[in-house]
Amino acid sequence: MVSTDLLISLVPFFPLLGFIIIGLTVNKIPKTLASYIACGAVLFSFIVSVILFVQLSGADENQRSLTVSLFNWISVGEFTASISFLVDPLSSLMLLVITGVGFLIHVYSIGYMHDDPAVNRFFSYLNLFVFFMLLLVMGSNYLLMFVGWEGVGLCSYLLIGFWFKNKDYTDAANKAFIMNRIGDLGLIIGVVLIFITYGSIEYASVFSQVGEGSATLTLITILLFVGAMGKSAQIPLYTWLPDAMAGPTPVSALIHAATMVTAGIYMIARNNLLYTLSPIALNLVLVVGLFTALLAAVIALTQNDIKKVLAYSTVSQLGLMFVALGVGAYSSGIFHMATHAFFKALLFLGAGSVIHGLHGEQDIRKMGGLKKYLPTTFVTFLIGVLAISGIPPFAGFFSKDEILAKAFEANPIVWALALTTSLLTAFYMFRLLFLTFYGKTRASDHAIAHIHESPKSITIPLTLLAILSVVGGFMGVPEALFGSNKLEHFLNPVFENSLALMNHTHLAHSTEYMLMGLVVGLTLVVIFAAYRSYVKNGAVPTFDVDSTSSVHKLSYNKFYVDELYDSIIVKPLFALSNLLEKIIEKSGIDRVVNGIGATVDGGSRLARLLQNGNIGFYIFAMVIGIILILAASGFTK
Amino acid sequence: MLTLFIIFWPFFAALLLFLFRPQNAKGFAFLASLLELAASFAVAYLFDPSNSSSFDVNVPWIDKLGVSFSVGLDGISLLLVLLTTVLVPFIIYAGTNENKSHTFYGLILLMQMALVGVFMARDGFLFYTFWELALIPIYFICLLWGGENRAKVTFKFFVYTLAGSLFMLVGLIYLYYQTEGTHSFDIQKLYKAGQSLSLVEQSYLFWAFFLAFAIKMPVFPFHTWQPDTYTTAPFQGTMLLSAIMLKMGIYGLIRWLLPMVPLGVAEWGYTAIVLSVIGILYASFIAIVQKDMKRLIAYSSIAHVGLISAGVFTLSKIGIQGAVIQMISHGVVVFGLFYIVEVIHSRTKTNVMSDLGGIRSKAPAFASVFLIILLGSIALPFTSGFVGEFLLINSLVNYKLVIGALAAVSTILGAVYMLRAFQQSILGEESSKTSTFAELTTQEKIVLYPIAIIVLVIGIYPAPLLALSEPAVDQLLMIVSDYLASVK
Repeated sequence: MVSTDLLISLVPFFPLLGFIIIGLTVNKIPKTLASYIACGAVLFSFIVSVILFVQLSGADENQRSLTVSLFNWISVGEFTASISFLVDPLSSLMLLVITGVGFLIHVYSIGYMHDDPAVNRFFSYLNLFVFFMLLLVMGSNYLLMFVGWEGVGLCSYLLIGFWFKNKDYTDAANKAFIMNRIGDLGLIIGVVLIFITYGSIEYASVFSQVGEGSATLTLITILLFVGAMGKSAQIPLYTWLPDAMAGPTPVSALIHAATMVTAGIYMIARNNLLYTLSPIALNLVLVVGLFTALLAAVIALTQNDIKKVLAYSTVSQLGLMFVALGVGAYSSGIFHMATHAFFKALLFLGAGSVIHGLHGEQDIRKMGGLKKYLPTTFVTFLIGVLAISGIPPFAGFFSKDEILAKAFEANPIVWALALTTSLLTAFYMFRLLFLTFYGKTRASDHAIAHIHESPKSITIPLTLLAILSVVGGFMGVPEALFGSNKLEHFLNPVFENSLALMNHTHLAHSTEYMLMGLVVGLTLVVIFAAYRSYVKNGAVPTFDVDSTSSVHKLSYNKFYVDELYDSIIVKPLFALSNLLEKIIEKSGIDRVVNGIGATVDGGSRLARLLQNGNIGFYIFAMVIGIILILAASGFTK
Repeated sequence: MLTLFIIFWPFFAALLLFLFRPQNAKGFAFLASLLELAASFAVAYLFDPSNSSSFDVNVPWIDKLGVSFSVGLDGISLLLVLLTTVLVPFIIYAGTNENKSHTFYGLILLMQMALVGVFMARDGFLFYTFWELALIPIYFICLLWGGENRAKVTFKFFVYTLAGSLFMLVGLIYLYYQTEGTHSFDIQKLYKAGQSLSLVEQSYLFWAFFLAFAIKMPVFPFHTWQPDTYTTAPFQGTMLLSAIMLKMGIYGLIRWLLPMVPLGVAEWGYTAIVLSVIGILYASFIAIVQKDMKRLIAYSSIAHVGLISAGVFTLSKIGIQGAVIQMISHGVVVFGLFYIVEVIHSRTKTNVMSDLGGIRSKAPAFASVFLIILLGSIALPFTSGFVGEFLLINSLVNYKLVIGALAAVSTILGAVYMLRAFQQSILGEESSKTSTFAELTTQEKIVLYPIAIIVLVIGIYPAPLLALSEPAVDQLLMIVSDYLASVK
């Protein structure tokens, strides 16, 4: 029997090893070998994660926490950061999602990236990403989480700019990295403040000391949330995520939908106690999440790039998760994170399959009628759309319903806005589905002649994710629907201290049924509206071809936020830098320095004139000198 | 014996060098620096951080003036000596043989002696001697083998830093006359003398020493000699200056300034921190708009050094430990970056980034090594840069939240200018200058691979380095805190 310590360490070890092997051999090993190594590494991690999960769920509630410490990383005086891992229900669930969905996406990549000459490099980055993502959720202290946090940012940068010859793509990569760094700045200062305040950066030690809320704690939690804004793409740091779609589609699915962007959700859930004790920060989370969810959903309504729609949808869904966290429903946020990982990965991979089938076409106005050409992709995509729209009994229904119910408990206005987001989601997702797969095809004859269903390495992951998107919700069936919410109970040890601090009112089952019925009913109405606009008409509506109304324009142009940032941040930054260099540096400081030099130089030139070799002048000067000395000594007496 | 060997061997080697034919000069200098490296490793192996007096040597030198040849090693000194002895062989090995004679390599070795001497001296006069001695070889290296405009640029550098050092000389002599009994330049006596002074006197001395050190590092606004000098010097000169020589200034702060005039530091430390933090932001902003890669790295170096200097003045253990480890990391990283510029320059004859591009597809191994070293520069976790930068920011946030936050903004700006540099020079489509860009040669790999590995190893396992300097830092801080406690 292998020890648990070893098992825990093996989880991040496999992908690291995969990265090192592929990274060092790069193009010396055949593509197939590299892809098997990469997939195998993540598969092994998944298997170990399952074993750990089984161990944990079999254990008593108060023993669902395993730690292993490897070595001291940075240690100065009081400050110690160790490389040590924590596996508790929260990280265990994250492990399953990361390695499980991650493995499927690795397999998918074999088919999707088949013709790319740099596929080995691609797989090495993917493995490195999984490694850092695992560190992020397994680290038992804030600094190790930060290592993972920045590490996944690096991999995201590398993979967005994977096709590095294209300047737009590398611009998107830089933007992602820099925006994330802005968030990271908040996070790292928050971590330092935690150390200064509590004398430790180990979760266990900090949580046991928090006691009660304070101004410092509020500041800490807000700073940590700034980190989450960057990584999980929330207002105001969300604009990098849509641009990140420049990366290969499996990357969009894995990093920019299913795993990395949920790091902020994980981080706040991990720190639930701190947030529960800082109502101001928690409200900030709620408000930012709510507005991000709405804004992104409105933008998604009018986008025509299949991946952009999904990207804004991700931003919006992440917003909903923050809403859940913001009303203190931590386990609901995590639940939606898990189901979202299934169906959003599915949708992205489905989109990738469409793009692959159409040889690179991403504009949904140039698609249509694809269901007969891409049957497997169509069925699985449909399941994904049903899941995200919250149609029972698909996965998204349960998790979204739980968030809406908790939002209603907290505040009906929050509920109404979240519901609006949810309805908008159903509309733009069905718009996407209808424009892509229904009606007559608008693709060129050439494209149709070459269209083909994707190979097995693509359709099998699609099918498995589709199954997960159907059954994934059953881990959290509410009591109102005669379930026992297994997930909530499993996660209970992580959140129990927070729950104890909050007074809980439970909705009556009758209210829950009413809300549920209302939501599902309205969703069906919205879907019907989408059907009327996008299928019955038989053509792309004119406003999607050439936007005329100002509201439509605003949404289509993403509320001009990129342009706004460009003119209030980017341009002033460069202007300031130029100003400093030209005015302060060259004409200011350096001129003063050279001026001092020149003064000394000039002074010496003048002094040199005194030595003119004229004896008479010397004697004259000497006499004047003697007189002055005598006069001076006379004065002093 | 070993102590004297690691100081004077480079000097003898520099003399022996002239027995060889010019084409063998580089080879011999390289071997000599390897021997020096081996000797320093032996010292490190024998070194016991808790009992650091075992390498002390103290013999009278100019008896009448109370000057002695007193040298010693503690963890801080040893780390900087190791930085020197590790990098110098690389610096010698990295160059091609063309147009470089005996003199060139002799000067590098001479420089090494002076640097090792500065880090080990425990006598004020000796320290000053080595300090000024270091300026002479680097002056000639820059003057004789530099690029465009070298005479003017090098002259400014020479005069500027020399002027700074004179303030220190005045300060040292003043302190010397304050020593008790028979006047002496012994470091402990100078500490005592400085600590016996009033706040006003300590303040004057603070500025006398701080100016000398600040110009050497350089700290804003005393930095304007630096970008021109780094850009004009031959790359070996730039490396000596940036990777090792500027550490003399930071080392001076830690070893000489803090314990000697603690009251002055308490009084003016905040000003120094503010200047340093202004410098961090100022240099980072200017780096963003640089077009020449060498200049960009020069400004980024000012930003990094500003952070180190700010951390030192927090007078905290975390700050000074962060400063020590960041000195090592900065040395390695900046060496790597300047060498990368040299690799590009040797192939394309340009440092202008917009003329480059597309190198990634021509030389993937080169691009990868560049990326690793660049990540060290922008302090990504698990690279050497992160350890120091985190500790330094930690100490500054503890000192004053706003100051720490402003200093930490450099992590964003650093990413902005370094990623732009990487994008412009390495990514994208090939340009006419990079269309025949060749992959790294064996010689270049031998230089760059170990540097990249060091960046990662220090980042992942910095514990041995931190443990080495910890007792020394404790001791220094104890001197300061005991004194400040006794005054209040």
